[in-house]
Amino acid sequence: MEYDYAEIGLKAGIEIHQQLDTAEKLFCRCPTALRDTAEHTDEFSRYLRATESELGEIDRAAQEEMRLVRRFRYYTYDTVCLVEHDEEPPAPLNPEALSVCLTIAKMLAMTPIEQVHTMRKLVIDGSNTSGFQRTALVALNGTLPGDCRVETICLEEEAAQRVEDETFSLDRLGIPLVEITTAPCMHTPGDVQAVARQIGMVLRSTGKVKRGLGTIRQDVNVSIRDGARVEIKGVQELDLIAEVVRREVQRQVGLLGIRDELRARGASVDPAVTDVTDLFAETQSAILKKAKNILAVCLPGFAGLIGREIQPGRRLGSEMADYAKKCGVGGIFHTDELPAYGVTAEEVARLREHLGIGEQDAVVLVAASRQRAGCAAEQVIIRATMALDGVPEETRRMLEGGSTAYMRPLPGAARMYPETDVFPVSIGAGLWESIETPELLTDRAERFHRDLGLDEALARQMAFSERLLLFERAVAEGVRPVLAARTLLGTIRELARDGVGVAAVTDDEVIGLLQAVEAGSAAKEAIPDVLIELARTAGERARQTPEERVAAAIEAVAPAISAADLEAVVRNVVEEREEFVRERGMGALGPLMGVVMKEVRGSVDGKLVAQALKRELERRAS
Amino acid sequence: MTGTYITDRDGMAVVKLDTGYNIGVSPGAVHLLERPAPQPAATPVVVQNPELPELAIISTGGTIASRVDYRTGAVTSQFSASDILRAIPELGDIARYRSRQLASILSENMRPSIWQELARSIHAEIESGASGVIVTHGTDTMAYSAAAVSFMVKSPVPIVFVGSQRSADRPSSDNAMNALCSAAVATGDLGEVAVVMHDTTSDDRCAVHRATKVRKMHTSRRDAFASIGMPPIGYVDYPSLEVSLSGEAVRRGTHDLELADDLEERCGLLHFVPGMPPEILDTFEGYAGLVLSGTGLGHVRTEWIPRLSELIAGGTTVVMTSQCLHGRVCDRVYDTGRDLLGIGVIEGEDMLPEAALVKLMWVLAREDDPGTVRALMQENLRGEIRRGSR
Ligand SMILES: [Zn+2]
Repeated sequence: MEYDYAEIGLKAGIEIHQQLDTAEKLFCRCPTALRDTAEHTDEFSRYLRATESELGEIDRAAQEEMRLVRRFRYYTYDTVCLVEHDEEPPAPLNPEALSVCLTIAKMLAMTPIEQVHTMRKLVIDGSNTSGFQRTALVALNGTLPGDCRVETICLEEEAAQRVEDETFSLDRLGIPLVEITTAPCMHTPGDVQAVARQIGMVLRSTGKVKRGLGTIRQDVNVSIRDGARVEIKGVQELDLIAEVVRREVQRQVGLLGIRDELRARGASVDPAVTDVTDLFAETQSAILKKAKNILAVCLPGFAGLIGREIQPGRRLGSEMADYAKKCGVGGIFHTDELPAYGVTAEEVARLREHLGIGEQDAVVLVAASRQRAGCAAEQVIIRATMALDGVPEETRRMLEGGSTAYMRPLPGAARMYPETDVFPVSIGAGLWESIETPELLTDRAERFHRDLGLDEALARQMAFSERLLLFERAVAEGVRPVLAARTLLGTIRELARDGVGVAAVTDDEVIGLLQAVEAGSAAKEAIPDVLIELARTAGERARQTPEERVAAAIEAVAPAISAADLEAVVRNVVEEREEFVRERGMGALGPLMGVVMKEVRGSVDGKLVAQALKRELERRAS
Repeated sequence: MTGTYITDRDGMAVVKLDTGYNIGVSPGAVHLLERPAPQPAATPVVVQNPELPELAIISTGGTIASRVDYRTGAVTSQFSASDILRAIPELGDIARYRSRQLASILSENMRPSIWQELARSIHAEIESGASGVIVTHGTDTMAYSAAAVSFMVKSPVPIVFVGSQRSADRPSSDNAMNALCSAAVATGDLGEVAVVMHDTTSDDRCAVHRATKVRKMHTSRRDAFASIGMPPIGYVDYPSLEVSLSGEAVRRGTHDLELADDLEERCGLLHFVPGMPPEILDTFEGYAGLVLSGTGLGHVRTEWIPRLSELIAGGTTVVMTSQCLHGRVCDRVYDTGRDLLGIGVIEGEDMLPEAALVKLMWVLAREDDPGTVRALMQENLRGEIRRGSR
């Protein structure tokens, strides 16, 4: 369902996190290479604790994380040093990463900060061994198409990758990352997607950002009038952004509807928790039977609303369950969905009677050890109370399909202090002016179409491809653009899909092969076979030059055939099929093409074969 | 754009923006809007459990607790018992605490006169009933201070030195675990001076090191401290805080309380390097004692012999240790060594150079008979010399 977004006052902003493809990490000299976790060379474990702030308060998001005492385990590699282990002070800010960040800032028409200070941003979910993420504000106030605006660009270190639960892999920690934050200047789900796409294009235009799943992440901020600011973390697929925004609007509208109805009914939350373990002594419900303690929370006036859908697959009950799960319970039961899960209608009736509540009222059950059940019941009360106020401010995580689940409260603003181990970096006028901005990929696609004769789709595909640089080099070295583009985007990709190890074929070999085709020493049709041969023999004859390797591969799959040889082959083929030729006349040309091409094993251009065949058929006809 | 003005540094004004980020801007670009009244820090009082044994925490400058002001980004060290307990509440389950801030200096600015003050403070705390003492100390020179205290104070109760390798403001700091382990040791069965720090890079175990046999062996790692020439005298598991002491560890109550806080400060330690000219020894003219950190079994170049001989004749006690750190000095194997013995250099056995230095300061402050000095330097007084080497 589509809403009138102006009417409901949708405001959205995005935060884009993009990994940079630099040689070294942001604060150490380790490579920015990702590793297979099976290759880890060692592991160690740590606890994190939030430091008390000056006001005697611990950050609210941090406090949430501390609810559970957690020990974190880290995998380390031979490509990781003591900086990632939080066992050594950081090296100076990586100048290459700063330069890429400034390039992006300049492309977005931003104003650089005079002197960049690295900060420590408190993060105690275990993803940073130090307990903080190093981050620096680099530039402000950029422009975007439409009336939208980029607020800030920051240069940060990437967090460690979660392997499972409380285990993290240190290969990713410290990879440079830019964080681009827009103003809340988007007013429809489509706007959000378009802005994300535009920024993504700018980032890729630098040629210095990492590609592939997980290298770019989008966080979306959404609020509607009377709703609340909700931050949705980690949307990886660009195509889902609009849907995520749409569903968040739906959720907030749904929660506001529930609020209004609760108020109209005079609903309330009973702060008393009742132990009802004995009521379920004989239950057939596996979960309840297993639990040491079953606690009930009464929600007068909530009946029917806890089970109401607010997002595909999500109900108010799901929100309560998310809060309860922070205490280590598996989930909750509520009367809107009972009888079910082995709980009988008689048991529900007995529960209602025991608690002395009516049909308009709902009950939420939590079942676990005394401590966990108590904690979970308290969380249910907290979340139910929020329902009376509407939409809580939250950080949420995306579920498959674009719905979301509660993660933690929005972090408070005050959770940064200076990284005193890293000196500030001045961005003088000289440095800023020396930053060259690359051509936008959209401009480049247009140029490929206009100047190089690629059709629009191929031009765009080429401009946005990872093989862009190789394409430009091939064209500069005399290869026809269409041949280069079709080989790089078509042939090589198809071979890779068929399991050929084309990744082992070097750029120099690809260029050498394309040049050989242009020089007539190999046929266009032989390209796949020669690539297969180059892949097969990769690593062999290491002392040969790329040209020699290409020549050897061509010789192996398609030995050179002289014009005289070709004539002989053609004559042979035609003679062997004399009757067929007589019957079909010039019409035999098509069917015989394939036969001749097979004989010459693709080492002659199809056009030359066709000419030779045509001449021979004409000679016979006359 | 608005924010909080923090300071001027290197010609730039540092401003903390409302988003939390600091930036540096030209001072001319900053306009003061208002000067908010400083907000007093909230300092809830921590109630201590009177049933538990009382420990004294003496701070010298090492930080086991800090507080971050996220409004200004300022990090301040915390020294009062109440502040430390708020930062590391689990300490309250182990003991009750009284605290004393002796000094607030960087470890590298430590000096013998402060070692002496420290020894006197520790003595006073134990005399007034502390069942153990924790000394917080910067890690760079912690081993020197711990060794010095172990000569100056004989104690029936544990005296535990502790610090942190990673700053206490960070959530990952080793401060809390080290502090908890040190409190566990200080309330336990130990009866000597020890250093308690991380045993591995993981937060799983602290090692208890004998003060005269411990050395900082890494610039930055949590497990930088190592016992040299012997295994640690104990371990503390974390988070269970179970203490296990080796058979060698001196037990609580073995010694009576005794203070001997004189030190001869005119002592030096010289690390010999190849080609070092004999004239360098002129610096030590008039010194009461000189510890040499020699090569291998305990050597310096042959050209040093005459000048060293003059120094010794002039009244300087010269003790040889090895820059190998591991193993025992033996100057009877090679000619140079025999020459050194011939002019009166004392073999420092398997003492660490730093331990030998503070021991020499302590011995020379009490004895001036060269024979007695030599005998004491070669006798094991505080576990600094072992019968057999490893
Ligand atoms: Zn590294």
